[in-house]
Amino acid sequence: MARKTMVEAIRDAMDVCMQRDDNVVVFGEDVGYFGGVFRCTQGLQQKYGESRCFDAPINESGIVGAAVGMAAYGLRPCIEIQFADYMYPAYDQIVSEAARLRYRSNGQFTAAMVVRMPTGGGIFGGQTHSQSPEALFTHVSGLKTVVPCNPYDAKGLLIAAIEDNDPVIFLEPKRLYNGPFDGQHDKPVTPWARHALGEVPDGHYTVPLGKAAIRRAGAAVTVLAYGTMVFVAETAAEQAGVDAEIVDLRSLVPYDLETIAASVAKTGRCVVVHEATLTSGFGAELSALVQENCFYHLEAPVMRVAGWDTPYPHAQEWDYFPGPARVARALKAVMEA
Amino acid sequence: MSGPTPLSFHVPGPAVRPGGAPDFSDVPISRAGEVRRPEVDAAPEDIRDLAFSIIRVLNRDSEAVGPWAGLLSDAELLEGLRHMMTLRTFDARMQMAQRQGKTSFYMQHLGEEAVSCAFRKALAPGDMNFPTYRQAGLLIAGGYPMLDMMCQIYSNELDPLKGRQLPVLYSSREHGFFTVSGNLATQYIQAVGWAMASAMKGDTKIAAGWIGDGSTAESDFHAGLVFASTYKAPVVLNIVNNQWAISTFQGIARGGSGTFAARGLGFGIPALRVDGNDYLAVHAVARWAVGRARRNLGPTLIEHVTYRVGAHSTSDDPSVYRPKAESDAWPLGDPVLRLRNHLIRRGAWSEERHRQAEAEILSTVIAVQKEAEGHGTLHSGPHPSARDMFEGVYETMPPHLRRQRQQGGV
Ligand SMILES: Cc1ncc(C[n+]2csc(CCOP(=O)(O)OP(=O)(O)O)c2C)c(N)n1
Repeated sequence: MARKTMVEAIRDAMDVCMQRDDNVVVFGEDVGYFGGVFRCTQGLQQKYGESRCFDAPINESGIVGAAVGMAAYGLRPCIEIQFADYMYPAYDQIVSEAARLRYRSNGQFTAAMVVRMPTGGGIFGGQTHSQSPEALFTHVSGLKTVVPCNPYDAKGLLIAAIEDNDPVIFLEPKRLYNGPFDGQHDKPVTPWARHALGEVPDGHYTVPLGKAAIRRAGAAVTVLAYGTMVFVAETAAEQAGVDAEIVDLRSLVPYDLETIAASVAKTGRCVVVHEATLTSGFGAELSALVQENCFYHLEAPVMRVAGWDTPYPHAQEWDYFPGPARVARALKAVMEA
Repeated sequence: MSGPTPLSFHVPGPAVRPGGAPDFSDVPISRAGEVRRPEVDAAPEDIRDLAFSIIRVLNRDSEAVGPWAGLLSDAELLEGLRHMMTLRTFDARMQMAQRQGKTSFYMQHLGEEAVSCAFRKALAPGDMNFPTYRQAGLLIAGGYPMLDMMCQIYSNELDPLKGRQLPVLYSSREHGFFTVSGNLATQYIQAVGWAMASAMKGDTKIAAGWIGDGSTAESDFHAGLVFASTYKAPVVLNIVNNQWAISTFQGIARGGSGTFAARGLGFGIPALRVDGNDYLAVHAVARWAVGRARRNLGPTLIEHVTYRVGAHSTSDDPSVYRPKAESDAWPLGDPVLRLRNHLIRRGAWSEERHRQAEAEILSTVIAVQKEAEGHGTLHSGPHPSARDMFEGVYETMPPHLRRQRQQGGV
């Protein structure tokens, strides 16, 4: 067991899978020789050779489409889209092809593949390096959508995703690659090396898809969050002085309704937090689920805190980002409702 | 000094529209036997001319001539004729079944039968096609049961795809036929990916991609060429140029480039044009390209030059956008008649036997159709259960889908 960054944990997951199964292949823009712009695939080509880990042309539809063909052959591609913002050219291949092969062929062809992509803001990436497109995937039948928030989960979830026989969208909050982020952008980041969740076991283990984790137990209000927002919510709970229970969803589809409903039934209040824009975001799904399943336990309306419905701005990043202050305000509001 | 002259916008159009006289006189057609046959390991830059000619074997006198002739025995040619006749009869019956309201939709191959039927015979077991909706000949010539095809079209209780797919969007892994998508061109890059995988695993199987002339305008066509050329994938990339997309003539997708095959040249991919109505030529060119792929020499692009005689689909009315007699004016003839005449000329067939074969095939197809209809049609009789609708979205049904199935009461 060693302390690892999320980048190292993700790399470790691919390494473990490539070691165990010759059919696991890794490719994408810059992922081969260089190891990816975030270095998630560093060393894999040297270790496994060019036919297991290689560079792809700058053609996202081609990367995903080729992976669909490889998966139909029987390989297990784990591919990288350099930034989630560049998956739009590949969207058709993901939505109409990967997601539906099993269904439309009645299981004759399947797309056991993982599409990894860095998401989220907080790095001054502007409009084209900051988006959180999870709702565009959770809306699609046949896809699974996963968002880890720490090195331990990232490795365990990615191994589970690579071993899964359905196509999995694996969204990596890039702001968390090197350390947790509590939304206090003017404070230095604690590296994962000094954080308990930086402990990553060696070798093979999985974190099952579809199971949420309680990050902080509390009795007054349930916060539903994932990715960077888990840490923001922790800071907000402290700032607001509210005994919040923080549920980290980890996988959005399939989602863990049991854990969500049990927590809200206990606390009677719920705040949903995500970084993506508010309207039709995954938070809308979560608040509807809570309303449908926990209505008689609720003592206040479910509240959502999210990115504004604007493109992700560059200079105003911190006004856009749903930071701890906004989440704390929502926590106080539901407590007073 | 005068100012700049106003620019004008250019939209290409076909030579004629309804009411006009069909005219293919400006379509350059090579003579049968005229185009050379390079070695399969020829360097792409040495055979660039093949992207602009048309490889043809059968001449006007129904003889097989030139360097691409002589690959098939009489028995193989007779089998090919039977496949094409079967496909044509199958199409006619299913087209009628759609008109009778037994299914929602149908797409026929009239005039294009040689392309998929002849190509299929150049492949080996285990190879994989990534077809569009107009390559059912791959299944017929590959021995896929016609009953399964009809049950898919009828979405009945025996539909191998459980009523989840539009008619004619077949899927058979066993018969080397990748599940067809309604989204055009997506399968082209998938074929390349499949071929890359075969090479990555040191396998011996190859893939074939299929696309229509109109769909070559899609980005995935270009993605396929980039990947095939970059990784020298063992894939045969077919373009079926049947002159028309729906109402849009091929020039809208082709723009200024000389031919569709020429699209391959910038990628360093050997590109050949073939007479798509000549069973022998299609088969010979397919064998050449498959041989290249099999010998690890990389991808080949084939433009099959043909003509879509029928409507685009049962929802189309071609008389609105092209002269009715245009298909008769098509200079490359009818693939079934051409092969029939060749076999007669060789003494291996006769008009009498052809008529018999037609009657025999028709009664077989009708018998299978009766059997298929006994298992239901789209609007009557047994069909797949609503419960099936929820299966197969994921390997195992996630809780939210299970709840929805319960709510649906199935
Ligand atoms: C992505 C996409 N866009 C549009 C359509 C609608 N569409 C179906 S067939 C067709 C024409 C295709 O023409 P072509 O590629 O030449 O093939 P052909 O039908 O002539 O065999 C169109 C536009 C579609 N199915 N998918």
